[in-house]
Amino acid sequence: MSENPLNVGQQLARRQQVAMTFRIFCTGVTFFAMAILAILIYQVTSAGAGWLDWQFLTSFPSRFPEKAGIKSAFVGTLWLVSLTALFAIPTAVLAAIYLEEYAPKNKATIFIEINIANLAGVPSIVYGILGLAIFVRFFGLNRSVIAGALTMSLLILPVIIIASKEAIRAVPSSLRQAAFAVGATRWQVVSAHVLPSAIPGILTGVILALSRAIGETAPLIMIGALTYVAFLPEGPMDEFTALPIQIFNWTARPQEEFHELAAAGIIVLLAILLVMNATAVYIRYRGSKK
Amino acid sequence: MSKPILQTNGLTISYSGNPAVRNVTLPIPEKKITAIIGPSGCGKSTLLRSFNRMNDFVDGVTHDGKILYREHDLYASNVDPVEVRLRIGMVFQKANPFPKSIFRNVAWGPEINGMEGDINHRVETALTQAALWDEVSDRLGDSALNLSGGQQQRLCIARALAMEPEVILMDEPCSALDPVSTAHIEDLLFILKEKYTIVIVTHNMQQAARVSDYTAFMEMGNLVEYGETDQVFTRPKQKRTEEYVTGRFG
Repeated sequence: MSENPLNVGQQLARRQQVAMTFRIFCTGVTFFAMAILAILIYQVTSAGAGWLDWQFLTSFPSRFPEKAGIKSAFVGTLWLVSLTALFAIPTAVLAAIYLEEYAPKNKATIFIEINIANLAGVPSIVYGILGLAIFVRFFGLNRSVIAGALTMSLLILPVIIIASKEAIRAVPSSLRQAAFAVGATRWQVVSAHVLPSAIPGILTGVILALSRAIGETAPLIMIGALTYVAFLPEGPMDEFTALPIQIFNWTARPQEEFHELAAAGIIVLLAILLVMNATAVYIRYRGSKK
Repeated sequence: MSKPILQTNGLTISYSGNPAVRNVTLPIPEKKITAIIGPSGCGKSTLLRSFNRMNDFVDGVTHDGKILYREHDLYASNVDPVEVRLRIGMVFQKANPFPKSIFRNVAWGPEINGMEGDINHRVETALTQAALWDEVSDRLGDSALNLSGGQQQRLCIARALAMEPEVILMDEPCSALDPVSTAHIEDLLFILKEKYTIVIVTHNMQQAARVSDYTAFMEMGNLVEYGETDQVFTRPKQKRTEEYVTGRFG
C-alpha cells in the first residue's frame, strides 16, 4: 500500500504549532485583562456595596461618614453633562457636516482635520488649564457649572467631530448622487438623506464622548470645582461639584470609612457609564439592522 | 436630422489636467436614443456625466469647449446646476434607491422642487411608465431595498421620470442586471423614447445595436465615429470602429 498523501508533513506540523501558540497567547492576554477588571470591580463592590443605600444617594456630603452622600455631586454631574451636551453636540455635528460635505479638499482643510485628530489625544489636564485661563479668568465665569461645561465641551469636541465625520463618510456617495440627480440642493441632500443615515453613528460617538466627560476629573480640579458642596446648583452660574471630584476628595481622607464611601461613589459612576455605553451599543445595533 | 437637444462643441474634460474626453463634438438628437460605446476608460461615462453637471462633484475636473442645451451653454456662470438636473435626469450604473419607501423614492424629487399637481397621481404615472406599477401598487409603503435588483433599477428610472425631464442619461443601467431584467429595461426604452431623449452609455454592443437610433464610438477620450446605429454597426467608416463592433478588440 502506498503512503497516505494526506498525512501531515513536518513543515505543516511546525506551522500549525506556531498558529496554536499564537492563539493561546492571545487568549491568555484577553483573560488577564478581564481578570484585572474583575478584581477591580470585586474590590470596589466589597468595599462600597454596604454603604450604597437611599440615604447615600440623597444626602449632602458630611464630615460624619454615616451621614455623607452624593446628592450634590450627582446633581452637579447631571448639570455638567447636560450643559456639555448642549454646547458640544450641535457644534461638533455642524463642524463634521462642514468638513465632510462642504469644505474644499485643500491644504487648509487637511490642516484642520489633522489638528482635530491631534486634539483628541491631548491630555485632559491641558484642557483644564485652558478652561481656567479662558472661561474662569478671562470671561469671569468663576468656578461655575457653565465654566466646567464649556471646558468639558472643548475636551469632547474633537471626539464627537471625528465620530460624526466617520458616520457621515460611511454614507455611500451613490445615495448623494441619486438625490442630486433629482434636483436637490446640497442642504436637501444632507438633511433628507445623509444625516438620517449617519445619525446612529453620530449618536454612538456622542454617548461615548459624554461618558468620557462624566468620568473626567483633572480638568474640573484645574478649574477649581469645589470638593465640599452642601447645596444644589440652581443655575448655570452656580458653583458645583461632580461625582469624580467627590470620589477623589473621599479617597484623600485618612479615615477608612471615607475610602469605603469613595468605593460606593465609584459603583454609582460605573453604573451610569454602563447604562450609557449599553445605550450606544443598542443604537448602533438598531442602526445596522435598518 | 432635427435640431439636437444637446450638442457638445470641441469639448475637452480633464481630471487635474489629464484629459479624459478630448475635443468631442457630438449632437444628441431629440426624442431619440443615442448610445455611447467604447472600451473601459474611454471617457464615455465622464462625457455622460458632464451633460447634467454631475462632474461638478469630482474635485479637479475642468471643462473646455461648450455643451449646449437647446443652444444655451450648460456651463455658463449664470446657470444653476440644480436647474440643469431638473431638465436632465439620470439613472446610474448600480441601482441606488433611497433607503425609504417605494412611494417616497418617487415622490421626493417632485416634492422638494415644489412641483404642482397630485403627488399620488404623479407617482402612479411614473411607476407605470417605468413598467413597475403592477408589481408594487399594493405595497408602495414597503422599503425600496426589499425590491429585486431589476425592480430597483426600474424604480430609479421611475424616480427620474417623475421629474418630467426632457433628457434621461443612463450610465450602463443594465450592467448589474440579469438578462430578463435587462430585456425588461430595453423594452422600456422603446416606449420612453416617444416622450424623452435618452443617452445611454453601455459596454454591451448588442444592447447598443438593439435599442439605439444613433451610436457614438469613443476610444481614449476621442470620438472615433458617430452616426446612425445601422450605419455604425454594418458599414463603419473607421477601421477602429469596425474592429471594435466586430469584437476584434475591447
